[in-house]
Amino acid sequence: MSDKSRKTFLMIIFLCVLFILVWVSDKFLDEYTMRVIRTGLIYIIAAISYNLINGIAGQFSLGPNGFMALGGYMVALLMLPLEQKKFVWFLKPLIWPFNSFSFTKAFFPLAIFFGGMAGALGALVVGFPTLRLRGDYLAIATFGFSQIIIVLANNLISVTNGALGIKGVPEYANIYWCLAWAIITVLFTTNLANSSYGRAMKSIRDDEIAAESMGISIFKHKLLAFVVSGFFAGVSGGLMTSLITTISPSLFSFTMTFNLLIIIVLGGLGSITGSVITAFAFAILSELLRFVESPINLGPIYIPGIAGMRMLVFSFLLVVLMIFYRRGIFGEKELSWDWVLSRFGSKNHQGVKVCPGKTEHF
Amino acid sequence: MSWKNGAFLALDKVSLNFGGLLAVSDFDFILRQGELVGLIGPNGAGKTTVFNIITGQYEPVRGRVFFKGQDITGWRPDRVTCAGIARTFQNMRLFGGLTVLDNVLVSRHSKLKSSVLAAAFNFPGYIKEEREAKIKAMGLLDRLGLADLAHMRAGNLPYGQQRRVEIARALAADPKVLLLDEPAAGMNPEETIRLMEFISGVRNEFGLTIFLIEHDMKLVMGICERIHVIDYGISIAEGTPKEIQDDPKVISAYLGEEACDYS
Amino acid sequence: MNASVFFQQLINGMSLGSLYALLAIGYTMVYGILRFINFAHSDIFMVGAYFAFFSIVIFRIPWPIAAILSIGLTALVGMAIDRVAYRPVRDAPRISALITAVGVSSFLENLGLVTVGARPKAFESPSFMSKLFHIGDAAITGVAIWVPVITLGFLIVMMYIVYKTKVGMAMRAVSTDIDATRLMGVDVDKVISYTFALGSALAAVGGILWACKYPKISPLMGVYPGWKAFTAAVVGGIGSIPGAMIGGFIIGLIEVMTVAISPGLSGYRDGVIFLVLVIFLLLRPTGILGETLKEKV
Repeated sequence: MSDKSRKTFLMIIFLCVLFILVWVSDKFLDEYTMRVIRTGLIYIIAAISYNLINGIAGQFSLGPNGFMALGGYMVALLMLPLEQKKFVWFLKPLIWPFNSFSFTKAFFPLAIFFGGMAGALGALVVGFPTLRLRGDYLAIATFGFSQIIIVLANNLISVTNGALGIKGVPEYANIYWCLAWAIITVLFTTNLANSSYGRAMKSIRDDEIAAESMGISIFKHKLLAFVVSGFFAGVSGGLMTSLITTISPSLFSFTMTFNLLIIIVLGGLGSITGSVITAFAFAILSELLRFVESPINLGPIYIPGIAGMRMLVFSFLLVVLMIFYRRGIFGEKELSWDWVLSRFGSKNHQGVKVCPGKTEHF
Repeated sequence: MSWKNGAFLALDKVSLNFGGLLAVSDFDFILRQGELVGLIGPNGAGKTTVFNIITGQYEPVRGRVFFKGQDITGWRPDRVTCAGIARTFQNMRLFGGLTVLDNVLVSRHSKLKSSVLAAAFNFPGYIKEEREAKIKAMGLLDRLGLADLAHMRAGNLPYGQQRRVEIARALAADPKVLLLDEPAAGMNPEETIRLMEFISGVRNEFGLTIFLIEHDMKLVMGICERIHVIDYGISIAEGTPKEIQDDPKVISAYLGEEACDYS
Repeated sequence: MNASVFFQQLINGMSLGSLYALLAIGYTMVYGILRFINFAHSDIFMVGAYFAFFSIVIFRIPWPIAAILSIGLTALVGMAIDRVAYRPVRDAPRISALITAVGVSSFLENLGLVTVGARPKAFESPSFMSKLFHIGDAAITGVAIWVPVITLGFLIVMMYIVYKTKVGMAMRAVSTDIDATRLMGVDVDKVISYTFALGSALAAVGGILWACKYPKISPLMGVYPGWKAFTAAVVGGIGSIPGAMIGGFIIGLIEVMTVAISPGLSGYRDGVIFLVLVIFLLLRPTGILGETLKEKV
């Protein structure tokens, strides 16, 4: 068996095992635990999309929350049943065409795709003017745009219902859809990152001037990374809206971007597998840390909940990481089949060191 | 523009200033196809600025740049490279996070015909193009004696090897004109001799026209057919190595500034 | 809008603008020296307001002493943040420093939420702030007059420090060429530390005046003023101290006038400022007084 078909084979086995695992846990685990797992999968999509622009293309954006919001509103507008729409928009009527139709359950994946397209379109509109800027300026400009998106969400009542938000979005984002989109995101982004286009993006990250001198169109490739990133941000926003069944401007505030930043820094900027692991861990950890924010009643002792404690811990973690452990868990490396095989496979069993040429693989 | 007859690459009275300071002024220069020309001058004379103007990093305030009869003034650097002018950098700008092979493959990217989706979904057409690019890149690395290092991170290589990777990367862009910015910097005399042989070799093999900046007079006098001298952004002399060595203006430009190094 | 309303709004805009200017100087000084946006600056502004709140409302320290004490403490906080969080990442890639700053900002905000709670607290401003002035038909509160006046006083002191003292000279030298200044035997870290102290002190002045103007404070009070002040720094030309002042007044006036001219736009008042930010970044990233920086190839 050739190396390549061997890896494909392993991948198929891995996906089958994953599917069985999900099927079993869906059968036996309680609703709450499954919810945490679904949230984790959605975080994976959002984190990978953010890592594509920040870690692989090396452009520091602070705007993914805006693109997630675009995807979320798109899915809410498409999926919310017509009678619910009449009920929600009591201040001002909903604009055409959303007031005249709603998708049925069967079209949920299409709605998510349109959510992704909304994110991608937003990224195109934001990226086109801002990607000529560099470093700090780009960060500020993308932040400014995502804030404008949130301000619009608060004020365009006939589309978003303003600060009240949209309630009653059907909860179709079950574990299988979340998993399917997460797998699509991981595979697509990994393939893209390893392709010639991905190399061009990484060359821009490492040295913009040299990349341009090697014939790479800087603007085109930055925009490409930005739009693909916007697409998956929109997908994750749409799934999240369906998961929690409501959307309001505060759901996709800057805190969301901050959480994603912690995830991708901890996992390693540029490492997709790193983001997968830390995104999932983040979802679980923020559930575990929920207790510090809720009141604890131990008979005679009553400890009131402390709001902000979780974020305090996460911010502290982020600063400590940047000072002492800047490369994150994986650095830029990926957990790959090569590594798995060299560790557990038969070929390199006697501790033969993988040749230095394989340093790309962890 | 009769003086430009037969010119492959030409600069026509090019000027550029930085914050009031004239970096290059009324610089005239021609490069004929197949030539190997050197650009020398004291530190800060504006040599690299001339390169940056040719490759589009800087746009001149006056004057024009012509390549194969076409006006390329103000083109973006990537467009200039795709038109057939590739360069190396004085202070080496390798993609430190990428492997040596990937560094070279980046230069092949602009030749890629497959779309993003074809690449991300591994369409057969893309796989074929990628394979061909890899063969070509490995061939170049082999030619430069870097094949064993193909999978090393470029940022981890020693200085001399990084210089060679830079040249390989520039050659991978299929240039007609190669601009080398101090290729021998930091090399010992033995390495410099090998570099001279290598430069002459690739020039014949790839049919290149070469324009190089160099401080090492032995290298410049040894391989260049024509030398251009620049001082304070002004062209002060031009001619064969012999003529340049005897030119009083050149000698006075270098006197007082490490004169003995260039004797 | 008649003349007296316009005059009233002009005063309001100047008063708001002077607060932005105070805050913008901190952004611009740090950027001028380190080429780095101190995202936590808006939270230092909040910390300053809380120091004043505690010393006045809780500990009942007389006003002038409390103000000076709070300004001094905030300056120390600014220096401490630089020492603990920013100095270790100074030689790291730019993106690391930015992420650290975002982390510090979030840390301070959430530290505020945890220690003092999310509920806004009422701030007691001194009595001279709440007196009403009548100029023609226009009634103007004392705050609207006093804020620009006090701001101007502090700006003069700050300009004196930056342009007339030895420390100020060192700051300007570091912002021109950090490496050359280091080679000349200047303790660059110390100069940066003083810059943070000075910027934070001005942020504290801004925070206290803000609390007098809108007499309540909360841990997230700095977020929007911070971004608007940053916009002011960009509009004025980031790195330029006079630019930050001019930018502050411009942003204050734009914000007040947007709402005054068209009350329907009040929901967009933050959006308008972000739009100004984005437009400047795209069309004139060097701002009104900034210089162009060309990347060396």
